[in-house]
Amino acid sequence: MRLPEGGRIDRTKPLRFTVDGIEHTGCAGDTLASAMIANGLLTVAPSTYLGRPRGIFAAGVDEPNALVQLDDPMQLATTVELVDGLAATTLRGKGRLTDEPDAARYDKRNAHCDVLVVGGGPAGVAAALAAGRTGARTILADEQRELGGSLLTENRLLDWLADAVEELDALPETRVLTGTTAFGYYDQNFVACASKTRLWHVRAKHVVLATGAHERPLVFVDNDLPGIMLASAVRQYVNRYAALPGENIVVATTNDGAYGTAFDLAGRVSTIVDSRSEPPAELVNRARELGIEVLAGSTVRQALGTQRIGGVRVGDREIACDVLAVSGGWNPAVHLFSQSQGKTRYDERKAAFVPDKSVQAQHIVGAANAVYDLTGCLDEGFSAGIEAAKMTGFDGEKPAAPYTAREVITDPHPVWFVDGPEGRQFVDLQRDVTVADVRRATGAGMRSVEHVKRYTTIGTAHDQGKTSGFAAIGVIAQLLGAESPQGTTTYRPPYTPVSFALLAGRDRGELHDPVRKTPMHDWHVRNGAVFENVGQWKRPWYYPQPGEDMKAAVLRECRAARTDVAVMDASTLGKIDIQGPDAGEFLNRVYTNAFAKLKVGHCRYGLLCKADGMVFDDGVVMRVAEDRFLATTTTGNAAAVLDWFEEWAQTEWPDLEVWFTSVTEQWATIAVVGPQARVVLAIVAPDVDCSQDAFDFMTFKDAFLADGTPARIARVSFSGELAFEINVDGRAGARVWDAVMATGLPTPYGTETMHVLRAEKGYVIVGQDTDGTVTPQDLGMEWIVSPRKDFVGKRSYQRPDATRPDRKQLVGLLPTDPDELLPEGAQLIAPDTPLTPPVPMLGHVTSSYHSAALERTFALALVKGGRQLIGRTVLAPLRDRTIAATITEPIFYDPEGARRDG
Amino acid sequence: MTVDLREIALPRQVDLRVDPIAPAATRIGELLGTPLPVVPNTGSEAVLWLGPDEWLVFGASEDQLRTALGDTPGSVVDVSANRVVYELSGPDARDVLEQGCAIDLHPRAFGPGRCAQTMLARANVILHQVDAAPTYRLLVRPSFAGYLTSWLRDAMSAAG
Amino acid sequence: MLLIPCPWCGDRDETEFHYGGQAGVPYPERPAELTDEQWGEYLFVRDNPKGEFAERWSHSAGCRRWFNLVRNTATHEIVR
Repeated sequence: MRLPEGGRIDRTKPLRFTVDGIEHTGCAGDTLASAMIANGLLTVAPSTYLGRPRGIFAAGVDEPNALVQLDDPMQLATTVELVDGLAATTLRGKGRLTDEPDAARYDKRNAHCDVLVVGGGPAGVAAALAAGRTGARTILADEQRELGGSLLTENRLLDWLADAVEELDALPETRVLTGTTAFGYYDQNFVACASKTRLWHVRAKHVVLATGAHERPLVFVDNDLPGIMLASAVRQYVNRYAALPGENIVVATTNDGAYGTAFDLAGRVSTIVDSRSEPPAELVNRARELGIEVLAGSTVRQALGTQRIGGVRVGDREIACDVLAVSGGWNPAVHLFSQSQGKTRYDERKAAFVPDKSVQAQHIVGAANAVYDLTGCLDEGFSAGIEAAKMTGFDGEKPAAPYTAREVITDPHPVWFVDGPEGRQFVDLQRDVTVADVRRATGAGMRSVEHVKRYTTIGTAHDQGKTSGFAAIGVIAQLLGAESPQGTTTYRPPYTPVSFALLAGRDRGELHDPVRKTPMHDWHVRNGAVFENVGQWKRPWYYPQPGEDMKAAVLRECRAARTDVAVMDASTLGKIDIQGPDAGEFLNRVYTNAFAKLKVGHCRYGLLCKADGMVFDDGVVMRVAEDRFLATTTTGNAAAVLDWFEEWAQTEWPDLEVWFTSVTEQWATIAVVGPQARVVLAIVAPDVDCSQDAFDFMTFKDAFLADGTPARIARVSFSGELAFEINVDGRAGARVWDAVMATGLPTPYGTETMHVLRAEKGYVIVGQDTDGTVTPQDLGMEWIVSPRKDFVGKRSYQRPDATRPDRKQLVGLLPTDPDELLPEGAQLIAPDTPLTPPVPMLGHVTSSYHSAALERTFALALVKGGRQLIGRTVLAPLRDRTIAATITEPIFYDPEGARRDG
Repeated sequence: MTVDLREIALPRQVDLRVDPIAPAATRIGELLGTPLPVVPNTGSEAVLWLGPDEWLVFGASEDQLRTALGDTPGSVVDVSANRVVYELSGPDARDVLEQGCAIDLHPRAFGPGRCAQTMLARANVILHQVDAAPTYRLLVRPSFAGYLTSWLRDAMSAAG
Repeated sequence: MLLIPCPWCGDRDETEFHYGGQAGVPYPERPAELTDEQWGEYLFVRDNPKGEFAERWSHSAGCRRWFNLVRNTATHEIVR
């Protein structure tokens, strides 16, 4: 029921809501749970596995029972802010994702600060005030929509709190993030925080953790009945929300904390059951004054009732009640502290794991540091705030604390579980795990809580063990006869669930990953190109004409390149400018072949290997001047090759005078390919003599195009045909492409045709025909491995592994049926291999195409000892059929190289 | 939302590598009318620090710089087409960048005359704060320009 | 997310860097003179301590300089 006065709700703003279809009214300021309690709804959906009745148990993120389905699945009624029209369904077990796309906008902020304070209870507010006043950049993050923490539960220092909130808002370099949960604490004080639609990446010089403490449940028979609630939750519902869960309350405790609940509800509390034989006299006297009986040295053995608690059994007595407020002690909320690598230790007196040693630049204060009196919490908060500010270069006075009555906190006397049917003593309410289940685990020989957790599933539900984790640790200790609990499970992010949509932020849809476009991209789009993703690049894959499928388009493009002239946008190739007197020497050391003596104006194809001798990248290198080269790389490896060059130049050969500059996008590149290529060049670059005598293969010329655009034209070929590459300033790329197409001669072609043309010639694509385990020799490219000079990786070719006869080698494959296309990736086996696993594999298909020139299909493959198997048949067993193919030399077209001169 | 995004044309960009204590570095500073900045992550509209022996020079040509470099070992590369330049300006400009840039842009840490090679969203950028408006220049590879401007427009609509 | 001190650019997020493995493993002067075992050691064998570890990083999204630092592999503290 709703109390007639008190609380921090606004009775003038009623809000209608439904639970399981039934309409109720709450107030602004309510959570869903407090509004439910105010409406007499304590019972929620039955438990997941056993179907036992369950009720609202807690008041915050530690709630194990009150899961509801809103538009979002599996929300906690205790953390959902009540809004008008809210429609909740209580959930048994899993929630469900909606079919509707999430229309909310999520975004992200990177924030830096001197001091990050996590937790807006008294200690956190004190720390933020102290730090903020010094001028230090301060962020205070709290999961609640209102600062105050336990002050709001206990109705204390509310005037001081209001002043503090006002001051924090006014401090220019202090930012208060309410409704924002710090859920992950990573290296170097990187703390991830989540509000409803915003993800914060906070990097702090110093962190003050004021994360509070979680109250523990008590384990006894039928301790899961609705009406059994954490004592602090009962107090919070009454004081903060004016929501009364019951009229006849018994309090069961092991510590001082729950007395406050009893006192605040005096008149409705009949009995305090305290496990300690001598509770503090001050508290006992106060209780008696308020007409509350204190049963010292006693514990609740059993809850009575079927659908809701009706009483408790304490010793031989039965005491009637409609709410049992329990407090099994307090766990400092060390989740973030532990995530930050901080170590905890078990404190016997406080009967809890408490922070021991920090690793990162941080303080941990207040209840999170097992300090439970308000005076102490404020003092620790103020001190930590001022110390944190000083450590980050600011100075100021420790603020004066508000007046608080001195409290002496007496040690608790923990009770792990009681004698009685263990199958009805619940350790994990969400997973329906009981003491009997834990006993099965320890009976099976498990000692570590980590093992018991995995065996019983304790702590693995939505709440991640916030109430059950320590209960399990205590039960295990008692079952094993240990003197004290033996350690916690590992605390991992996130502290509370975070949605994937929030983590993704705006990295969705078209912004999911950068789409890189060449200067000619718009032309490709206008002319119907189908695009292929190559890394982040969009490259034209093929250009279908009306009515053409991919196969028809690619065959047409291939024919054009082999019989006429065709052009491709090759701008995505990586390009690195290499300068310095030692540039040639450097290239000699990293490429397998020699570059030092390459003539200016000439080009050479080069192969790069890692130190293990495996092929890493390839490309053409031009010598622009004595001390200047331009190296091209594969599209996907441009950044990796630059990193590779920098690594060797800086870390191994700092004596070499050589410098690298990425110029990938400085140049746009157009490949003009085919026997009629010179006709196109004659129109586009009339001043350049492209005749066989004047323009040698593997040379380049700097020249001006017809419209005056400066260009570097290279005679290189990746198809075996006569070919020129026109390189121009990237900003001129679209214009020059238009000029080439305006000749009316060439057919544009895409990456698929480029792949077919090169495969017909047996040219490999690094990363497609190689996979980091392939040497140049495996590819049949011994010719490119210099016997005279040393280079990175050379020594590896003498390793026994590099000379094994059964290494996979590059071969060609011709399917027996010339229309059968081998799927790339298909495994290959010898013809007589039985198909009972494990089937010995010979290798796999790396490239496979229809060829216009060959008028049939063909493929490249890596096959064990393949060069010795040329002429033999292999099989590719597929799901629905087996394809037979003959192993061939990996070159199918123009083996004499007669076509490159046109 | 008070922030403006526009593309600007910078006539010429040249990547320069030279030992900053070599006389050639002084000659180049004279050519540019301002010494090569040696404090990391600083620069001006004439030249930005990119590394301990690397600068991005605006305005001077590759030939001019090569002449100034003389016989001193080093590297001069025209990169005018290698990056496009945007200006993001206005009171909310920092808030836009903070949605995707992890470096600290608070005036105590970054300000006019500061530059950085870093990531904005998923693109590499050179970020240069020009004035206290604040106005930031973003230099980005042209292939990323479509992505980055889409990202910036989306972030601009969430700023403030 | 490590915060890595680039000696030139200052503290930057880990995503701007490439990892280069153990520091102080130079490319052998004369690889051809090494036994297969010695060469294999260079290629494949690295320390993997729990605790302080000297390692190489490259500020690849920034100034592209390579540098060494000492990191505690258990706590991720960057010691120097």
